[in-house]
Amino acid sequence: MAQKVWNIYLDRSDFFIQLSLEHLRISGTAILFGAMIGLILGVLISEYRKTTPVILGMTNLIYTIPSISLLGILIPFTGIGNTTAIIALTVYALLPMVRNTYAGITSIEPSVIEAARGMGSTPLEILVKIKLPLATTVILAGLRNMIVMTIALAGIASFIGAGGLGVAIYRGITTNNMAMTMAGSLLIALLALLSDFLVGGIEKSVKRKWRLK
Amino acid sequence: MEKQTCDQCIRLENIFKAYEGKEILSDFNLAIRRGEFLTVIGSSGCGKTTVLKLINGLIRPDSGRILINGQDLADLDLIRLRRNIGYVIQEVGLFPHMTVARNISYVPDLIGKETKGDIRSRTRDLIQLVGLEPELLLRYPSELSGGQRQRVGLARALAASPDILLMDEPFGAVDEITRKQLQQEIKGIHQKLGVTIFFVTHDIREAMKLGTRVLIMDQGKIMQEDTPSYVRDHPREGFVQDLLESYLDNSCS
Repeated sequence: MAQKVWNIYLDRSDFFIQLSLEHLRISGTAILFGAMIGLILGVLISEYRKTTPVILGMTNLIYTIPSISLLGILIPFTGIGNTTAIIALTVYALLPMVRNTYAGITSIEPSVIEAARGMGSTPLEILVKIKLPLATTVILAGLRNMIVMTIALAGIASFIGAGGLGVAIYRGITTNNMAMTMAGSLLIALLALLSDFLVGGIEKSVKRKWRLK
Repeated sequence: MEKQTCDQCIRLENIFKAYEGKEILSDFNLAIRRGEFLTVIGSSGCGKTTVLKLINGLIRPDSGRILINGQDLADLDLIRLRRNIGYVIQEVGLFPHMTVARNISYVPDLIGKETKGDIRSRTRDLIQLVGLEPELLLRYPSELSGGQRQRVGLARALAASPDILLMDEPFGAVDEITRKQLQQEIKGIHQKLGVTIFFVTHDIREAMKLGTRVLIMDQGKIMQEDTPSYVRDHPREGFVQDLLESYLDNSCS
């Protein structure tokens, strides 16, 4: 089996390189949007506590929708293809980001915020100079989770006509070509592991730089 | 006009403040003179921290006026005001992701008017003023002892050369020996800089030792306010006498 998979990689290297790049493009776009929107929402609910249950409840609810049905629900609105896949992946990416940003900010020692406020920092200065740096490691942990999840989840995007390594898996299933399915799956796992390693490295260096636990 | 003639640097007039229906301060009045070292003592929940936070606007009164150098706090820009008032709390609240140097220069950095070199040299002066070695400037708060942290907190509060220093039980969490040293230090700093200090404590010995004036509070009311020696010799009956008993017992033996 391993030999077969290896041969497929060698024979169809152009195909797999192209699929991998497309996979990274789709999941990368979703990760970027998810991270930005998630961070903004997470900051919003930790600054304005009244909005917390609404936004956290909503992102939680969306998270419980099975991915395949979310894709199905989106098709009438955004059609088939990469756009729909990116929207669905972004929506799933929100929860870990929102939750970790919120947890990171709210777990900061209250005396630290109190000192910053008492010394005359504006709310924006407290956010940028104190809260976000101190929440960074928790936010990065959420980001790391989210990236791995998004790269893996992007595998099903091919079911609605989007590209990426899911195409290889889907083709393997429909043509009963086990090696093809394996080849696609292994590459997804590899991409996920590599990015996990990468963000883990960033997380570690930030922790060391700011002496954070 | 008022500003020039007024030697009362802080005035609280007819302050009312309640939390969730519970009255903390009612018709509270207080005047603090420039350069005074006022120690405020009372049991927890007596409203002393509330008074402290009224002065830098962290708490707003339900009614009444607060005047800082003759100006109504309600008309002042609170952010600017707080940058000119040193603030020290028991938990210190040092920023764990910043070096000692950056902690101390936090407010000057926010204000951003001085050059980096000026700020750096003042940071060095300040760390020595609070009795620490300049080598510590490159450390992080987690690498300091409790006493060192409190000293850095004090240096940070003094960094923007404030007229007023608010201290909320600053030495409550350090050991006895360190506390004695810190008390000496703050007394020296008060004499050296002539800064007005509002110092909240629950330790009567500390209040009597440090204050040029002692304010004794109980349940939101001022029980007595006078120089330490007058309070010692003429304690008002009731709460003040009870409070002083423990102090006198200790200082006689």
